[in-house]
Amino acid sequence: MLIKNKQTDEKQIVSRPVIGLSVIILGLFVLVICLVFAISVGAAHIDFATVWNSIFHYNESGKADQVIVGIRLPRELGVVLVGAALAVSGAIMQGITRNPLAEPGLLGINAGAGFALACLLAFQAHASYIVIMFATFLGAGLGAGMVFGISSIKRGGLSPLRVILAGSAVMYLLTALADGVALVFHLTQDLSIWKIGSTSGTNWMQLRLAVPIVIIGILIAIVFSKKLTILSFGEDIAKGLGERTTLIKVVLMAVVLVLAGISVSLVGALAFVGLMVPHMVRFLVGTDYRWIIPCSAVFGSILLVLSDTAARMINAPFETPIGAVVAIIGIPFFLYLARREGRRQ
Amino acid sequence: MSIIHQASQKKVRLIFFISVVVLVSAFIISVATGYISLSPSQLGRTIFGFGTSQENLILFSFRLPRILVTILAGMGLALSGAILQSVTRNPLSDPGILGINAGAGLMVVIYVMYFSSEATSFIYVLPFFALVGGILTTIVIYLLSFKRGEGVEPTRLVLVGVGLASAINGLIFTLTARLEEEQNAFIANWIAGRIWGDDWIFVLALLPWLLILSPIIFSKAHILNILNLNENVSVGLGVKVERERRLLLLIAVSLAAVSVSVSGGIAFIGLMAPHIARNLVGPRHQSFLPIAAVLGSILLLVSDTIGRSLLDPSGIPAGIIVTIIGAPYFLYLMAKR
Repeated sequence: MLIKNKQTDEKQIVSRPVIGLSVIILGLFVLVICLVFAISVGAAHIDFATVWNSIFHYNESGKADQVIVGIRLPRELGVVLVGAALAVSGAIMQGITRNPLAEPGLLGINAGAGFALACLLAFQAHASYIVIMFATFLGAGLGAGMVFGISSIKRGGLSPLRVILAGSAVMYLLTALADGVALVFHLTQDLSIWKIGSTSGTNWMQLRLAVPIVIIGILIAIVFSKKLTILSFGEDIAKGLGERTTLIKVVLMAVVLVLAGISVSLVGALAFVGLMVPHMVRFLVGTDYRWIIPCSAVFGSILLVLSDTAARMINAPFETPIGAVVAIIGIPFFLYLARREGRRQ
Repeated sequence: MSIIHQASQKKVRLIFFISVVVLVSAFIISVATGYISLSPSQLGRTIFGFGTSQENLILFSFRLPRILVTILAGMGLALSGAILQSVTRNPLSDPGILGINAGAGLMVVIYVMYFSSEATSFIYVLPFFALVGGILTTIVIYLLSFKRGEGVEPTRLVLVGVGLASAINGLIFTLTARLEEEQNAFIANWIAGRIWGDDWIFVLALLPWLLILSPIIFSKAHILNILNLNENVSVGLGVKVERERRLLLLIAVSLAAVSVSVSGGIAFIGLMAPHIARNLVGPRHQSFLPIAAVLGSILLLVSDTIGRSLLDPSGIPAGIIVTIIGAPYFLYLMAKR
């Protein structure tokens, strides 16, 4: 028998603008330092001054410049982008579902995108990036639609347990379908890279497309963040305050799908970033989403840049999958949250 | 508890008989299908010892052991799922969903990484490896969901299990990323649930576990009936809840881990079989456990046969077919509740 989830704890808006602002400014500063560090370490070590020079005074003939601008910079920018996108989509999902465990990796979104990717590669082996992006976006929508559709059939159905269980089953189903497609069309190798996450393939062409979309997505999220704060106190309260809850949910969910879909199309399925970052941020800036969302974007980027750098350094010159590094931090975090959540029910 | 509808002894026996008949038919069909199909007449004469050497080879060396492994593993997973559902009082429990398979899988990966080059006699050791992995995972899940004064709260148990399952699967992917291509392919197939134990050795490695553990489970059927009720009722009826729960959990984990060690990571059999059995004859464990066991075998055998005949010559892993059937069933059960 499923035990019904009743959140009886009284909530209050905790907003700390001063801390929020300083977190953003300090965070951006830290992010830049991390980026310079990340670009300088690698198979060919390059000192900080050269990194700085080649980014701001690009010289086509320089070897270091080519490595930095051609390979490392797009990779790191991709990582920054994905970190921000995943963290923001996690924050939005946690706000909408009022479920502290909501996260693209656990709710069928990544699996759906993977399934779409498998289908696409089966029919068109050399799809262009824009097609891949569109497919992963549709797949993410499929996964999320299934999870939320099924868990909300019953009244009061969106309890953390039900959503996690539905997410787990949808994930199994879509992964099995993707594996089946991959086996029939001999794509196992291509998909396994995607499953463990790979940050090394990002190029400028992809970034030109992905950067504006992610920025617009995050901006929409920030515009709607006040309404999200209200929504996070419960549907009834939001309606009582005159909010059009369905509209807000649809817009924000679309943002989640776009952000998660782009992340998958760039680096593959990365779980736990969207789960962890908003919780860390909430600990610092309180429960006001006007601060949670921008701070999550900054924190997500920092976390992922550090993880990616660690992944390159742990077993150099081989790259450890970034998904593994994130999981090492993310697993204890999830278990802690699950334990806390279980206690509350 | 929902309204307890209890089928009469006669009906229970009839349904059990029918399911055994279905299993036997599935068995015959499965033996006949494959890359090289055997006609009924070929099959008949091979079984009675008059087949050609090729027919003998196909039947006795390849197909029969694989089918027997499938039947035994299906049985083990179904019984394991049935116990887990009663012990956690959560009808959606399954060794795959709770992370027990993943834990067993992790140890299988370690076995493959360090011992697979050894002699085949090590096959007997593999179930123990899986068992250690399954038990360790369960202990972690149990400790994380245990709280003093409250014991193990079923909701928390499931949440922790689901999270741990995805975590361990991530770890498996990481470990396998560095393996040789051949080993990597083996692990990928294991995770997808390809029945790989297709030799008599695997039948022998699996059989003792079922022969020993099944009677224990059936002798505990009345305790399972009580544990499935409210915790307070169980205590009131004089059951040492925590102790019995731990013992039964251990049995369930052992069955699941040992089964998946030779069958590959297969989820949802442990979910589906007990549910269908309960729908047929009601929630009394004495009645539905044997039927669940037979249904588990049928489900896995049919899935494996479908998978084998879909894609020549390697086939689609049974685990994928099971999941494609089982996950929607799981979602249906969720939506219904």
